[in-house]
Amino acid sequence: MPHPYLPHTQADIQAMLEKIGVKTLDDLYADVPQACRKKGAYALPDAMSEQEIRDCFAALDAMNARLKVFVGQGAYDHYTPSVIPYLTQRSEFITAYTPYQCEISQGTLRYIFEYQSLICELTGLDVANASMYDGPTAAAEAVMMCTECVRKRNRVLLSATLLPHVLQVIQTYAKFHGVDITVVPAQDGQSSLGAIRAELSKEDVAGVVVPSLNRYGIVEDLTGFADTIHTAKALLVQYCDPSALAVVKTPGEWGADIAVGDGQPLGLPLCYGGPYVGFMAVKKDYMRKMPGRIVGQTADKEGRRAFVLTLQAREQHIKREKATSNICSNESLMALWVIIYLSLMGPEGLAEVNRISADGAHYLHDELLKTGKFQEVFPGKPFLKEFVLKPLEEAIALQHRLEAAGFFAALPTPEGYVSFCVTEKRSKEEIDQLVAAVKEG
Amino acid sequence: MSKIIEGLKYSESHEWVKVEGNVAIVGVSDFAQKEMGDITYVDMPEEGDDVLAGEEFGALESVKAASDLISPVSGTVVAVNSALEDTPEAINEDAYANWIIKVEMSQPEELDALLDAAAYKALIKE
Repeated sequence: MPHPYLPHTQADIQAMLEKIGVKTLDDLYADVPQACRKKGAYALPDAMSEQEIRDCFAALDAMNARLKVFVGQGAYDHYTPSVIPYLTQRSEFITAYTPYQCEISQGTLRYIFEYQSLICELTGLDVANASMYDGPTAAAEAVMMCTECVRKRNRVLLSATLLPHVLQVIQTYAKFHGVDITVVPAQDGQSSLGAIRAELSKEDVAGVVVPSLNRYGIVEDLTGFADTIHTAKALLVQYCDPSALAVVKTPGEWGADIAVGDGQPLGLPLCYGGPYVGFMAVKKDYMRKMPGRIVGQTADKEGRRAFVLTLQAREQHIKREKATSNICSNESLMALWVIIYLSLMGPEGLAEVNRISADGAHYLHDELLKTGKFQEVFPGKPFLKEFVLKPLEEAIALQHRLEAAGFFAALPTPEGYVSFCVTEKRSKEEIDQLVAAVKEG
Repeated sequence: MSKIIEGLKYSESHEWVKVEGNVAIVGVSDFAQKEMGDITYVDMPEEGDDVLAGEEFGALESVKAASDLISPVSGTVVAVNSALEDTPEAINEDAYANWIIKVEMSQPEELDALLDAAAYKALIKE
């Protein structure tokens, strides 16, 4: 019986082979040395029917634990209004690949333009691109952009308070782009201006990356950072949780030159890690060095509002090896998700998400301390929805104990702390249940 | 027909050079601006930067292309035409009146390797 998705019969295949003058499919690989070829059959199971596939995936899904999420560390369990998946799954959006004849796709360009506009509004910067793969890769692109913008300097400083996976991805990108990276130690759980200043004095630094909300959940105070870094002719890059930008100082207000981050907190489900969406916004001075696409607004010959891809000479397909980056795609559907979320929430809604999350997080923080099972790590430091504590029991044991009680909480950090996060999805009852589970140990 | 001015030196990558003492004034030829189309941006070095003959010192961007600017001589940039930051299209209007950088030459003998007007005219074969 022919395969339902592979339309070629044996006769079709034979006819095609004859046409191009070979005998078997293996002959197509004649140029591959024998030593590199796999001998014998692949150990693949037989194709499954639709029913069997459904059963197979249902069984896999049943193995997933349904835990109440009390962890963030870069991916946050915020609520997804149901209108978003409904709209993004419309075929006009979900089946559309990157528009090669871009100006024909006015609808796509329009929503990307709206996305860029809202990213600019959130970050307080001038120009945003059409989105990037995720937060950490956007941060890595920003690092390479610094060395493009600042002539003859090839070193970038990273604050040790950046999320661990953000540090790792930047270091991987930097290694293969020949950018020197120095991780600058933190001070009292926050980026250290003193340590950064000491590195800047070597006059080889192109940029400095610091978080807005850091790996300990602390809202960083960046007073004096922009002035110090700009005096040293380097750029300030801020890694942000875009949801929190509704209530904390924006990169624009701090004087940052580039803002990057992950759009996931803007209503994207956790989904075991993706797809997420990276964002990048820059000051106007640096827009020609910004990687990725930019959609601009213009007028057609009859004066009607229209959208185009603009400043394309910056891009890989024209500038090729001279371009800042070879990213020539974006996370368009996830950017659409973000724009629908932001449109639904508005500034007040987004601020309310933060207020409810912060109320829950501070309540949990205080209740956990009352259990006597933790020590405070950074007393008095401001936090929003996420914080770390030092557990008096073994961190991994605590995490497993809470997991068994139905909670994803107390994520162990490399420093030996445990990290907690509360979003607006967690009720007071759930928080009380978590605290009770902590006490039971 | 592209305009070619007698008395200037030209490079095979379509820059022109006007020599004033030990300073080389560098721009792009009329032929180059026509080939590029509407120029939207001129990426220029900063004063004090060193340039090397045969190496890029900046770039031109037009609506349809991006092209490196190649320095015809070695030396130190002593001036950049900052008016081009706001009006890059001036190069389209008059490629010879709108220079891009001035270079204090460290090896003036490099000028001998450049083309004169007749040789440049032969190169572009219009």
